[in-house]
Amino acid sequence: MKILLVDDEEELVSALAERLGIRGIDAEWVVSGKEALLRVKDEKFDLAVLDVKLPKLGGRKLKKALQEKCPGMKYIFMTGHGSEDDFQAISNEVGEEYYLFKPVDIDDLIKKIKEALYSQ
Amino acid sequence: MSSEINIIGESGLQFFGKISASISHEINNVLAIINENAGLLDDFTIMADKGMPLDPNRLKNVASKILVQIRRADEIVRNMNTFSHTIDQIKADLDLRETVEFVVTLAHRFASMRGITIKIKPPENIVTISTAAFFLENLIWLCLDFAMNVTGSAKTLSLIIGKTESGGRICFAGLEGLTSELADTFPSDRETALLGMLKAELTVSAEQKELILYLQAS
Repeated sequence: MKILLVDDEEELVSALAERLGIRGIDAEWVVSGKEALLRVKDEKFDLAVLDVKLPKLGGRKLKKALQEKCPGMKYIFMTGHGSEDDFQAISNEVGEEYYLFKPVDIDDLIKKIKEALYSQ
Repeated sequence: MSSEINIIGESGLQFFGKISASISHEINNVLAIINENAGLLDDFTIMADKGMPLDPNRLKNVASKILVQIRRADEIVRNMNTFSHTIDQIKADLDLRETVEFVVTLAHRFASMRGITIKIKPPENIVTISTAAFFLENLIWLCLDFAMNVTGSAKTLSLIIGKTESGGRICFAGLEGLTSELADTFPSDRETALLGMLKAELTVSAEQKELILYLQAS
């Protein structure tokens, strides 16, 4: 499986990608929606972990844009603090179990990744 | 009068809530970075226990990232503390430049989310305004929020601080997306109530693509 991590906090996504790598999960990271859209042009990802409050594009808009380019890709959202509106909208789109609050537990994230890939 | 007081109270609560939510989000981000990097250190020790060599430079690098985030969190908490205490004094002598810089610091995440760069041009001399710090910050925030919504494609906002005969002024320039229709919507009831309370005035010009906030020295 190949995972794309998208969060504007570079020190967060880079460490998260490395920790997933240590656990045998191929994870790459980018820090903006624009970079994410460029990256999926060249590589195929099975799942994207998106920050809800991503600058400029926002996590939900990025998901829509990615869906057009990558049919079949699964999604998990991460947030530092979620508004009720975000929670409702994202829960409707991907299920509330795939709406994670930072800081995330690595084992919990891996569990969600596997669940999403095999059941979403 | 009582309805104006209600509007000012509501506006203040909204302002406080918005800034608190933003700060809690930033603290959560910092905690998340510390969490991942501390986790990474833990992963390294587990790998070392299994006989894989530990690279001291790698450990040093991760540790320094954690220290950077601790300093970042300390600054965020200090700003939150300063912000919370602005409500303590009914009237204080405020350096207008410092007040504007502080509101811009508080608004940093909102600007970043919208992809907007804010530039501050300070006055040549210190401009002092004697007023209620919290309500002045609220009014500047409301002007800034409106200005950020009308920067258009330029995405750069300039805040030019100056001295006037009766006090000081802040010009929010570079509002490329400001049309006559949008200019007619500002100030709304909230800004009008705060302007009255602070004895301030506001001009909005769609032609000049700017809004100017005039403040009395006392």
